[in-house]
Amino acid sequence: MSSNTANVLYLIPIVTFILALRFLSNPAHARRGNQIGAAGMLVAIAVTWIKAGGGSWWALVIAMIIGGGLGAVGARKVRMTAMPQMVALFNGVGGGAAALIALAELHRLLPPPGRPHIDVLVAVALSGLIGAISFAGSLIAFAKLQELIGGRPITYPGQNVGNIVLLVGLVAFAGALSAGVQDQWLLWIVVGGGALFGILFVLPIGGADMPVVISLLNAFTGLAVAIGGFELQNNVLIVAGMLVGASGTLLTLLMGRAMNRSIGNLLFGAFGKVTAEAAAVAAGDGGTVRSASAEDVAVMLAYAHKVVFVPGYGLAVAQAQHDVRQLADLLEAKGVEVSYAIHPVAGRMPGHMNVLLAEANVPYPQLKEMDDANPEFSRTDVAVVVGANDVVNPDARSNQGSPIYGMPILNVDDAQTVVVLKRSMNPGFAGIENPLFYNPKTVMLFGDAKASIDNLIADVKNL
Amino acid sequence: MSHNVLLVFEVTILVLAIFLGFEVISKVPTLLHTPLMSGTNAIHGIVVAGAMIVLASGHKGPFLWVIGFVAVVLGAANVVGGFVVTDRMLEMFKKREPPKRDET
Repeated sequence: MSSNTANVLYLIPIVTFILALRFLSNPAHARRGNQIGAAGMLVAIAVTWIKAGGGSWWALVIAMIIGGGLGAVGARKVRMTAMPQMVALFNGVGGGAAALIALAELHRLLPPPGRPHIDVLVAVALSGLIGAISFAGSLIAFAKLQELIGGRPITYPGQNVGNIVLLVGLVAFAGALSAGVQDQWLLWIVVGGGALFGILFVLPIGGADMPVVISLLNAFTGLAVAIGGFELQNNVLIVAGMLVGASGTLLTLLMGRAMNRSIGNLLFGAFGKVTAEAAAVAAGDGGTVRSASAEDVAVMLAYAHKVVFVPGYGLAVAQAQHDVRQLADLLEAKGVEVSYAIHPVAGRMPGHMNVLLAEANVPYPQLKEMDDANPEFSRTDVAVVVGANDVVNPDARSNQGSPIYGMPILNVDDAQTVVVLKRSMNPGFAGIENPLFYNPKTVMLFGDAKASIDNLIADVKNL
Repeated sequence: MSHNVLLVFEVTILVLAIFLGFEVISKVPTLLHTPLMSGTNAIHGIVVAGAMIVLASGHKGPFLWVIGFVAVVLGAANVVGGFVVTDRMLEMFKKREPPKRDET
């Protein structure tokens, strides 16, 4: 197959990918879009297969079966709550593949004759660097979310300076490679150093900021793939990669806005480091915590007019989404108006809570976004916070010393009563004190979220 | 086509893709941001096509063969995993549930 024919046929996957993203604008046909995208991907693979041909077809088959099998099993087995780390992992392997392609292309091009064009060399250096950063960074994000390593930020003196020096050094190596120092080991240094940078770059970022990091790394992989398209003169790689690069960048910015923090602050601020000042304010608060029994809470809920559930990562950890739905059904049967208020960065991925509640068959019109939910709290009788912490922390409004000061939050404290389901008084994943727990309107229901909800279900049934 | 003409052409579609990406994504509601991330994740799995090209040149030396092989494995995992995960998520978004409501 000629290059021209291939490029014409590559229009099919390009169009399907755009349609796939377009269809995502509405949950009613989003799934169809994804299937169209997958079909387009098959076309892309088939066209590439016929075009590249080559003698290694059996190796291709074996590699596809191994990779595809691992991907399929991982994707089928993973629980919805573990979705963020799975996405991080798939993102990482994509970045790794882009870096490997750069290494292979340089190897193929370098032996004379035929000096490679400078733009190809720039592309090789950049996709090697960015792909390696994405690969290693995603693996660290995976390890953090899987709790293989602690979710708290890992910091040491001179961290940012060290990282910047490393990055500048890598860019210098990449520059030398592009300028014509044609040694393969240069690219190995760039790729290896990029991996090191990826690790050092993600390590200091706290667990609560992981959604932003994954989104950014997603953009990185897309970019690396797009640049890889320049190495291989392959249009579909350029378009598909750049679509992802653009969307990942936009999503990262949107999330930064949702947390009222600049991307620079998110990435280099070692978020979650509790400042002494904030800790002092929180400690000085000295209020008392009221805890309640499940029966008390059940009565409150059953006789309320309007109940709003505010889910957070604790809901995911406890796998409590189905139980929450059951409780909501029971309350609705008693005539209570139930809705869910979803903070854009609740959980470990943007929209994470929407996915979990959808899994539990909550109809999506009941899921309210922050801007729609906040005005409702003042006429809400009971706000039930299930395993959320930072996204309902009033310090974000009022305590300038708090690391999350300025982040828009769900104003649950506008409700008549706030019920907080929590395992213990330990601060959350990000390690920040929350004065909401000391608010006189708040009652705490301690215990595993799932067990607590089950108790509530039983007690509401007994009323 | 000379190399430079081709390059200009490629840069053009790159820039158009940036704007197209922003345009399309800005219409996605936050409700679907997780599937969006996962769906775009699947789309950059197109890297598998590049990996296939490398592996197809594997007869030129063991280095290319090994690198190409590993790259195809990684790329295929990216594609299949990405689309399957996204499909699983999107399957769950329903407006109204079917009549059978009693699951535990």
